[in-house]
Amino acid sequence: MSTITGAQALIKALEYEGVEIVFGVPGGAILPAYDPIIDSPIRHILARHEQGAGHMAEGYAWATGRVGVAMVTSGPAATNMVTPLADALVDSVPMVAITGQVPTHAVGNDAFQEAYTTGITMGATKHNYFVTDAREIPDVIHEAFHIAATGRPGPVLVDLPKDILNAELVWHRPAQLNLPGYKPTVDAHPRPIKEAIKLIETSRRPVMYVGGGIIKACAHEELLRFAEATQIPVVTTLMGRGAIPDAHPLALGMPGMHGNYTAVTAMQKSDLLVSIGVRFDDRVTGDPDTFAPHAKVIHADVDPAEIGKVRVADVPIVGDARRVLQQLLEKWDHETSPDRTEWLDTLRGWQRDFPLHYDQQPDGPIKPQYVIEELNRLAGPDTIVVSGVGQHQMWASQYWKFTEPRKWINSGGLGTMGFAVPAAVGAKAGKPDELVYAIDGDGCFQMTPQELITASVEGIPIKVAILNNGAHGMVKQWQNLFYGGRLSAVDLGRDVPNYVKLAEAMGCVGLRAETPDEVGPTIEKSLSIDDRPVVVEFVTDTDEMVFPMVPAGGSNDDIILSREDLP
Amino acid sequence: MSQHTLSVLVENKPSVLARVSSLLARRGFNIHSMAVGPTADEGLSRMTIVVDAPEMEQVKKQLHKLINVVRITELDPDDSLEREIMLVRIAATPGKRGEILEIGTIFKATAIDVGPTSIAFTVSGEPRKINDFVELVRPFGIVELVKSGRIAMARDLKSRKLKAIG
Repeated sequence: MSTITGAQALIKALEYEGVEIVFGVPGGAILPAYDPIIDSPIRHILARHEQGAGHMAEGYAWATGRVGVAMVTSGPAATNMVTPLADALVDSVPMVAITGQVPTHAVGNDAFQEAYTTGITMGATKHNYFVTDAREIPDVIHEAFHIAATGRPGPVLVDLPKDILNAELVWHRPAQLNLPGYKPTVDAHPRPIKEAIKLIETSRRPVMYVGGGIIKACAHEELLRFAEATQIPVVTTLMGRGAIPDAHPLALGMPGMHGNYTAVTAMQKSDLLVSIGVRFDDRVTGDPDTFAPHAKVIHADVDPAEIGKVRVADVPIVGDARRVLQQLLEKWDHETSPDRTEWLDTLRGWQRDFPLHYDQQPDGPIKPQYVIEELNRLAGPDTIVVSGVGQHQMWASQYWKFTEPRKWINSGGLGTMGFAVPAAVGAKAGKPDELVYAIDGDGCFQMTPQELITASVEGIPIKVAILNNGAHGMVKQWQNLFYGGRLSAVDLGRDVPNYVKLAEAMGCVGLRAETPDEVGPTIEKSLSIDDRPVVVEFVTDTDEMVFPMVPAGGSNDDIILSREDLP
Repeated sequence: MSQHTLSVLVENKPSVLARVSSLLARRGFNIHSMAVGPTADEGLSRMTIVVDAPEMEQVKKQLHKLINVVRITELDPDDSLEREIMLVRIAATPGKRGEILEIGTIFKATAIDVGPTSIAFTVSGEPRKINDFVELVRPFGIVELVKSGRIAMARDLKSRKLKAIG
């Protein structure tokens, strides 16, 4: 029987899984895999840094719903991959990372570019593999993709020593999965579904609290139908933005530390939280002891460990968000929706009285919120928005009006600065016909700008808006609020780097807007260019803060609405 | 904090022990003892883990997330069989030997090494019995002590019923 090498088997196995794109950086131990990929229909996108390759795989997965793939070498390349893996783990992003490893005989000998990759990434992956027999490659890759994509999605790493990549094997199609310990529950048990329906029927002030699980499970249509049938208003977490259109009358927007007053207070006053695909993150609950104190909790999640982790659930439901909503819809046999006029009127009153607001003076500095609103207006609702972490991320989530899922990509749980540019590259690679606009801060941008070179060279014309306030804005905000204004290590300066020149040096178009009246025309100009990446620097008000705000660990009842509200 | 005994069936694969112990550490659970060995099925190993934790729900759920963990059973001390083996060397001058050997006999401890200044015993049985033995010989001076860690399994359903009737 004819044999192939482990490296050929790897590429063949990736093809078998339907992989279109691999984001990677070559190197010594992974060299054998970079030869057969030449002849493969799989497109390889050469990132400039392994962390970039990892975030690209994440961005691809966020945008397409398919498993993102990154391939890098051993040692420092593998350690550079740790951040994207940890990011993907906490945000449940399906991803497979392939790492080279020193030859088996050298493992454990502190060989050149050796790192204990599976040990280091044990806590940063859903699962990982160290392959010691080339014949296992087809099955291991098949299992890796299965684990990454099913249940609660997440990152899986496959570590391949160089001699294993060079070894010969007879190819076989991946056999049946042999995972006796891995059987995610998809369909919910009927009993809690019934109990949930009972609670929903008798509740007077229910709120649906939904997050990333809705997006991951493609449950947005069922969510909308269920919300409308039961007339329950919906808050969407940072991870779940777009799960329901923001313009829908039942949509309340984002809750949490920087959530709007109505979303936060609706939960505080609620008597029932219908929680689906959420994990009661501290950025949502604030002090968990004072969070939604009057509410009974229905908690549905595909990961049973999330249920009861932070808040005891009165009705725990283990299951896939989409199946759970379908099952709830099947049991909801009411011809007419319950009358929730009173509750919904209360919420509308709050929305009217406590809207998000900012003050853009025509001759004042550019307000970052104004940039987001103008971008939203001019780029349109179909844009895929990608953000990093910090003030710009909060403003983007607050002010962008999302209309559908998978149009919002960000680093939620891990809070990885530098996520936006590479994730946008990955998203655009996966969705080449869609407009991908990263909204970044200057601090975040400076962590991974080199991936704009990847974008230029590989013909991936993303757009990046930098809200340049010359500072680590969120840290500065906290120092102003909680450290008596003693600013420490937050000043990034306004003038260096020169973002326009930097963009041009990396093969992009660089634009700059310095005054409010330049914002619109500059955005329009950026939208007229589609043959190259575009970087637009908006010189924004350095003193602007994100409001509303619930101080970390504080009670959501003590929400601070604006600067004037500060104690 | 109370102790709970988990019987964890895992795939017999490399790094499984590391995965389990690292997960427990990462989630802040303290391992009191851990005993690992093969089962009758060569593809599977059994871990008996005694964990100090206020409640077990999160420990079990987090362990279940490990791909190689096949089944987790929390053993109720009243409905399970628990055993431990201990090697202990006790300081024993010739004048004290007789007394120590006598205690050993009561606990069915076997003297396995006798030297001029010490006696070594092996003793196995329920953890409580072993602890009692340790306390009784402690005044003589314990030179060295090694425990296997607890192993445990659930009682047969029939004997459980009998016990309930009794």
